[in-house]
Amino acid sequence: MDRFVFLTIDGLSRGAVYAAFALALVLIWRAARVVNFAQGAMAVAAAYVAYTVATATGSYWLGFLVAIGAGLLLGALVDRVVMRHVDHASPLNPVIVALGLVLLIQAVLGMVYGNEFRPAEAPFSRSALTVAGVAVLSPYDLFVFAAIGVVVSGLAWMFARTPVGLRMRAAAFAPEVSRLLGVNVGGMLTLGWALASGVGALAAMLVLPTELGLHPHAMDLVFVSAFTGAVVGGLDSPPGAVVGGLVVGLLLSYVSGYAGSDLTPLAVLVLLLAVLLVRPGGLFAPVAARRV
Amino acid sequence: MVLAAGVLLVGVSYAVEPFRNFQLATVAAYLCATAGLTVLTGLNGQLSLGHGALMATGAYTVALCQNAFADRGMTGGWLLPISLTAAIVSTVAVGAVVGVAAARLRGPYLAGVTLAVAVVVPALAVTFDGVFNGEQGLSVPVEPPPLALGPYFPYERWQLWLTGAATLLVLLLLANLIRSRYGRTFRAVRDDEVAARLAGIHVARTQVLAFVVSAATAGLGGALLAVLAQSVSPGAFSLTLSLFLLMAVVIGGLGRLAGAVWGAVLLVALPDLTHSVTELLTLSPAVAQRLEGNLPLAIFGLTLIVVMIAAPGGIQGLLSGLGRRLRARRS
Repeated sequence: MDRFVFLTIDGLSRGAVYAAFALALVLIWRAARVVNFAQGAMAVAAAYVAYTVATATGSYWLGFLVAIGAGLLLGALVDRVVMRHVDHASPLNPVIVALGLVLLIQAVLGMVYGNEFRPAEAPFSRSALTVAGVAVLSPYDLFVFAAIGVVVSGLAWMFARTPVGLRMRAAAFAPEVSRLLGVNVGGMLTLGWALASGVGALAAMLVLPTELGLHPHAMDLVFVSAFTGAVVGGLDSPPGAVVGGLVVGLLLSYVSGYAGSDLTPLAVLVLLLAVLLVRPGGLFAPVAARRV
Repeated sequence: MVLAAGVLLVGVSYAVEPFRNFQLATVAAYLCATAGLTVLTGLNGQLSLGHGALMATGAYTVALCQNAFADRGMTGGWLLPISLTAAIVSTVAVGAVVGVAAARLRGPYLAGVTLAVAVVVPALAVTFDGVFNGEQGLSVPVEPPPLALGPYFPYERWQLWLTGAATLLVLLLLANLIRSRYGRTFRAVRDDEVAARLAGIHVARTQVLAFVVSAATAGLGGALLAVLAQSVSPGAFSLTLSLFLLMAVVIGGLGRLAGAVWGAVLLVALPDLTHSVTELLTLSPAVAQRLEGNLPLAIFGLTLIVVMIAAPGGIQGLLSGLGRRLRARRS
């Protein structure tokens, strides 16, 4: 039972990160109809910037803030410099360009920092506090929950309650009409990319200390897990992405706890295939109109 | 055409030094995989990021077969074709499973699933290290060239003959497939699924067929690569390899076999080229080491983005455009 509680908490903590990452994927998918396969590489790049700043200044928090800023900037840059110019006629094109970005970013990181693991420090202790003899939560888990909670509710508030959020939703839902009504559709798209990439950078900062450390490929498996989370929830649904991310985190935690951590990649693949074959629109999709 | 290419290949194999022979053989092995991928992605419109994993399937099958033969003390030139066939069969089986799933998926979903396959399959080799020997991988015992060719026949030339013959056969079959009824149904499904269905084409079956054909060639390519390197390890079949293959067919020109040739040549030539460039520059060993592995990757990534934005037809598209313009000027 102790073990189950521990695995559940650990899974939720991991799942929260996947949820944030999946949310970032959904943000871009809703805004631009592109699954950003370069998200993992972009997030790692932001984390490397944080690493440089943190080692230069000795302050984790300064690095943390810089990472988020770098993430926002990188997202806007990728949209303005690259994605804006891609022909979206075939859905293959943006995916291929994103994969080119993956190679480019990872190679540049490898050239600057080398292809070895670097330690990623955690700002709080990762050893769990015990409540009534049961190891429950570590301060770091609390930090993860708080950070993700703030970001997710902040985004929800922004989209539902602010004029900017309304414009972003309008630009994504009906670009032509919103342009006629005076919405800067291109600017909203760039903002969407920046926000998503910033959330991705936050997720990378939170997940890297719990894994092997910084490496150009460190987010590959996280990306696959988060993509699975986004698909479980349905690519079109932000709440679905959060729930899907948590589900994937729990599943991975149970599999690695009870069956061995080697099997987690396989578990992700099986879950992804199962969801796509049984319910391709995700668990939260509305019933689709009949396709001809 | 194939005969001419074969004669040319034999001629070249005598004309150039052994290391070039080995490089050409590697090009041929990659060409198997890129040709299959260009049929799948370019002609049938299905994006696969998992072809590196399919190559790994073929490579490990060959390694297991050859080791099994060697353990039983069996020798002979006829063993390798059997192992290669086994590799194709096993990849066809894996490809059929992935293909059935893929036929129900579109666009980013398909890319995501095949991406997961590419990340997961190399990890499996480490998980089941009893069979696949973990990160170290397996060695592939391969027979020396037959004695009939003389005692001093260079091994690299024999490798080129072997892979060249297999690849030319694959290209011949694929070229015929593209021109056949099946090739037309592939294209019809890519261009408009609803119209294809109205024309009486079974869309899902066509997609699975394209995936299986493509998987078979990828498996053969991986198997040939394993025979060339005489070893297999999960590191050689990482996600990067899958991205490389995709890159190669896109830069070469999607949907054209000639483009697949350009892509395969690039895959071997570019790392070689950057290696010689970094040797020319005088760099500290640490910097040189970092550059050597990553510079080709960066160039590939950048070229891919630029090609996708500026010239979606790839090298072959540019070449045929150039040819058309020349002909138009002459007439």
